[in-house]
Amino acid sequence: MANYLSMTRAEQEAMLAAVGAKNVTELYRDVPSALLAKPLNIPSGVSQQETAERMEAMAKRNTVFDVVLRGAGSYRRYIPSVVGALSKRSEFLTAYTPYQAEMSQGILQSIFEYQTMIARLTGTDVANASVYSGASAAAEGVLMTADRNRNVVIVATAIRPDVKEVLRTYTEGRGVTLKFLPLKDGRCDSDALREAADKTTAAIYAEQPDFYGMIEDLAAIGAIAKEVGAKFVVGLDPAMGAILKAPGACGADIVVGEAQTLGLPTAFGGLQLGFMACKQKEMRKLPGRIVGETVDAEGNRAYVLTLQAREQHIRRDKASSNICSNQAHCALTAAIYMAAMGPQGMREVATASASLAHYFARLLTDIPGISMAYGGEFLQEFVTVANGKSEAVLKALAKEGILGGLPLDGDRILWCCTETVRKEDLDRAAAIIRRAVCD
Amino acid sequence: MRLIFEQSVPGKRAATVRIPEVEAYCVPQEAARDGLDLPEVAEVDLVRHYTALSKRAFGVDDGCYPLGSCTMKYNPKLHEEIAEYPGFTKLHPLQPVETAQGALEAMETLCGLLAEITGMDAVTLQPAAGAHGEYTALKMIRAYHMGRNDAKRNKIIVPDSAHGTNPASATMAGFEVVNVPSDAEKGVDLDALRAVVGEDTAALMLTNPTTLGLFEKNIAEIADIVHGAGGVLYYDGANLNAVMGVVRPGDMGFDVVHLNLHKTFSTPHGGGGPGSGPVGCKAFLADFLPSPAVAKQGEGYVFVTPERTIGKVTGWYGNFSVYLKALAYIITLGKEGIRSAAETAVLNANYLKSLIEDDYPTERGRYCMHEFVVSLEKLKAETGVTAMDVAKAMIDKGIHPPTMYFPLIVHEALMFEPTETESKETLDRVAAVLKEIYRTAYSDPAALHQAPMHAAIRRPDEVRAARSPVLTAKN
Amino acid sequence: MATILFSKSHEWVSTDGNAAKIGISDYAQNELGDIVYVGLPEVGAAIRKGDVLCDVESVKAVSEIYAPVSGKIVAVNTELEEVPELINTDAMGAWICEVELDGAPEDLMTEEAYKEFIKG
Repeated sequence: MANYLSMTRAEQEAMLAAVGAKNVTELYRDVPSALLAKPLNIPSGVSQQETAERMEAMAKRNTVFDVVLRGAGSYRRYIPSVVGALSKRSEFLTAYTPYQAEMSQGILQSIFEYQTMIARLTGTDVANASVYSGASAAAEGVLMTADRNRNVVIVATAIRPDVKEVLRTYTEGRGVTLKFLPLKDGRCDSDALREAADKTTAAIYAEQPDFYGMIEDLAAIGAIAKEVGAKFVVGLDPAMGAILKAPGACGADIVVGEAQTLGLPTAFGGLQLGFMACKQKEMRKLPGRIVGETVDAEGNRAYVLTLQAREQHIRRDKASSNICSNQAHCALTAAIYMAAMGPQGMREVATASASLAHYFARLLTDIPGISMAYGGEFLQEFVTVANGKSEAVLKALAKEGILGGLPLDGDRILWCCTETVRKEDLDRAAAIIRRAVCD
Repeated sequence: MRLIFEQSVPGKRAATVRIPEVEAYCVPQEAARDGLDLPEVAEVDLVRHYTALSKRAFGVDDGCYPLGSCTMKYNPKLHEEIAEYPGFTKLHPLQPVETAQGALEAMETLCGLLAEITGMDAVTLQPAAGAHGEYTALKMIRAYHMGRNDAKRNKIIVPDSAHGTNPASATMAGFEVVNVPSDAEKGVDLDALRAVVGEDTAALMLTNPTTLGLFEKNIAEIADIVHGAGGVLYYDGANLNAVMGVVRPGDMGFDVVHLNLHKTFSTPHGGGGPGSGPVGCKAFLADFLPSPAVAKQGEGYVFVTPERTIGKVTGWYGNFSVYLKALAYIITLGKEGIRSAAETAVLNANYLKSLIEDDYPTERGRYCMHEFVVSLEKLKAETGVTAMDVAKAMIDKGIHPPTMYFPLIVHEALMFEPTETESKETLDRVAAVLKEIYRTAYSDPAALHQAPMHAAIRRPDEVRAARSPVLTAKN
Repeated sequence: MATILFSKSHEWVSTDGNAAKIGISDYAQNELGDIVYVGLPEVGAAIRKGDVLCDVESVKAVSEIYAPVSGKIVAVNTELEEVPELINTDAMGAWICEVELDGAPEDLMTEEAYKEFIKG
C-alpha cells in the first residue's frame, strides 16, 4: 500500500509531542464519539503496481475503434505530440488558480493568450478563462441575456441533445422560457423565427454548424435578433470555425461552444472545454474568471485575474454565476494546439475533414437505398437516411473495428469524418455498408 | 516576457497534418472566413515559449502550497499515466455501452467507494467542479420539495463563514439566501438557526470542519433543528480531507454532499481546473440525481435515467479523465490509507499551528482540523504590515501563500492548510520563514510592503486592470 | 439655491426645487477604496427611498448604494462609466444620477449632523 506521505514514525511522535497530544485520535476530540465511523467498508490499500494493473484491466475492457465516424459533439482529432509535451509540464498541471499573480504569471499569460485566440476565432472582443463544457457555456450564455422584460430564449437551429438538456436544467426555476423552433429541411426556418421573435425575446440561440452538420445562415438569424432587440447567442464548433465566417461578423453578441475538438482527446467525453466570448458591451455580464493585462510596481507588463467583483467569492448570492473551478488546463491545451496548428494548420484540419465527409457522402449516396436526409451545405458531419437499416449498418461496421455514425432513429444516421480517417478507411466502410444494406 | 502573438512570423508553423487524397472542399463564398489571426510559430519557438511560461508558474511539484480551503496535496504521477491509457482516452462518449464496459465499471466502482466514504446511498459523477456539485445538489433539493408539493420552501440557509459559492449556487438553483451568524465558538449560532428555520427552509448548507478549520461540535443539534423544520442538510465537502475515514457526513446527519475530487482525492488543479464535484445523497433524494446514472446489471454495467431526474448539468458524464485519477487514489490508499491521510493532514495543521501561534494568533485551546486561520489584526495595528504583506513576503521565500482574507468573519485572515503530504522538515521551514517575516514586520515593515522582490513581477496594479480592462492582446 | 443633505447609508442628495442629484459621501468613497466600476441605474426607473439604487465595485468588493429619496430617475452620469475614479477624487462632485422627487426628502441629515454621525 502506498499513502504518498512523507513522514516517519519518529517524526510523527515528535510532532504529536509538539502539539501536546498523546496520539492522533486525541486531535479529533471535538468530534462527538457517537459519530466516529467504524472502519470504512472498502478494500484495503494496494501497491501502486497493483493499482496500475487494475486500472489497465478496466481500460482494456473498453473497445478502442481504429476508425471513428461518429462526432455529434465529441471529435477524435490528430493531436500533435508537442501539445501534450508542453501542457503536461507539472508547473502547469499542479498549480492552483492564479490568485497570487506574482507567482502565477505563466498561468495568467497562458490564459490571456487563450482568451485572445478565442476572441479572434469567434470574432468577438473578450473571452473568459473557460467554463465546464460547451453545454454549460450555452446555458450560461443565454442566462446572460435574460431580465424581467425579456425572458424567452428561442432555439433556432438543431442543437446537440446534451446542450438542449443542460439548457433545460439551467433555465428551470429562473423565470426563463425555452422555445424550440420547428426546422425546415433540418435547418433554421427564418419565417418561423421572424414570427416567434418579439420584444419578450431575450436571446436567439443557434449552433454553427448545426447538430446535423449544416452551415446556418447566421447573418440572417442575427438580423432577426437585431430587429426585435434580442441578443444573438451562437454555439460554434471552433474547429469548423477556422473556415467559417466568424459569428461576431454575423451579428452574434455572445459566442459559446465546446473546444474539446482543439487538441483534447474524446476520453469518453471526459475532457470538455466550454468557451465563452462576447462583444465589449456584454463584458460585465460574462461569468467566470477573466485575465487582464496591467503593469506591476515597476511599470512592467503583468497579468492578473480581473473584474473579480462579478464573481461568487465577492458578490456571493448576487453573482451572475457560481462558477469557481473551470477547465483551465484544457484551455491551456487548446491554446497550445491552436498555436501549434497556426491559421494554416487550423484551415487544413477543417478542410481535410469537410473534404473527407463530402467524399464519404458521395460513396454512401451511391449505395441503393441510402440518401441524404437534408439538402443544406455541410462540413464534416451529415445525415443519411436508409429505411430501417441503421442498426444493420452500424453492427456491420463495428464488427470491422469501425465506429459508425450516430443513429438518430431507425432510419437516420449522423456521420462525421475528421482528418484522422483516411480515404481508404472510407472506401472500406462504404463497401461494408453496401453489403449490409443490400443483403 | 513576450506574448506568443509577438513572436508570430507569417509563414511559420509547428504541426502538420495529412492532406487527404480526395477532392478538396471549399466553403461557399458567403459563409467563408476572411482571415484567421492566430500565431504562426515553429515548433521550437512554441516549445520555448510554453517552457518559459511554465517557469513563471508554481505548482505543488515546485514547493509547499499551504493554501487554506484548497487542499493542495501532492498529485501522484501514476494517476496521470492511468488517465492516458488509450482504453480511456480513445473512447467516444456515444459509443455503445457494451463497448465501454471498463469505463462504466470505473464509474460504478468509484460511485460505490465515494458512497461508503461519505455515508451516502447513491452518487453521481457528472458535476465538473465543487460549485457545480453544489448547484446539482440544490437542484435535486428543489425537485424533491416540489415533488412533495411543498413549493414554498425557497430559502437556503448558509453560515456567514461559508464559501462564496454556497450563496451563488443557491441563487442559480432558484433559491433565496438567508445568512446565519456564527457563535462565540465559531460554529453555527443555534439560537439564530432556530429563529430562521421554518416552513420556507429548503436546506442548510454547511461545511464540517467549518471554514475556520474547527469541527462543528453541535452538528447533531443542527441536524435536528433543520430536519425538524422539514429542511434538508447539505454537506459542502470542501473540508472532507480532515475527516475522511474518521467520521462520515451521512453519520453526522447530512442528507446530501458534494465532494471536490481535485482537493480531497488528489487530482491536480491544473491552474484552475478541470476539477470534479460528485454529489452523493441519501436514498430519498436518489431519484432526482442527474441523468444518466450508471448501474450494475447482471455481470455488466448500463446507463439508466433516474426516475425523477433533474436532467443533465453538463455534457456527457462529467470530467471522466479527472475522476479516473481519484479512483486510482482510493484504490491505492484503501480504508487504512484514507484514514491516515486525514489524520496526518490534521496532525500537520496542528503542528504548523503550534510552531507559529505565538506570533500569528489563532483559536487557542482547541485542536484545529486540517487547516487553521490566523488573524493579523494586532500585527497590522502595531506595524502596518497586513495579511497581504506577509503573504507576498512568503513568495520571496519560495512558499505559496496561504489563503488571504477568508473567511470573511476574521479580520486580516490567513488560512493555512499544509495537507498530509508535506514533511515535518518542510513545515519547520515554513514556520521559520513565518517567524522571520514576523520579526521583519517590527524591524523593517517597509520591506514587507515592497514584497515580493524576487518573483516574476512586482505587485501588479489591480485597480488599473479593473478600471480599464485589457482582456485580449492587441492586433 | 441647492441644499445638500446626507443619509445614514452615506449617500448625499443635492436638491434644487423638485430636482435632486445623488452621490456618495467622501467618507463612503474612502471606506470603499479605489472604485473601478459604477453600475449606473436606468433612466426612467422609479426608485423608493431605501431601495438599492446601483452598485459600485472596488477591486475586491462590491457595495450597494441605496436610494436616499423617492422619485424617478431622469438622468445618469455617464462620465462615471469611463472614469469611475471621479468618485474617489471628487465625491461631492461625482453625481451618480438625477431624480425628479416624489415629495420633500425625509429623514436626512445636514452636513454638520452627518459629520457628527460618522464620528460617533
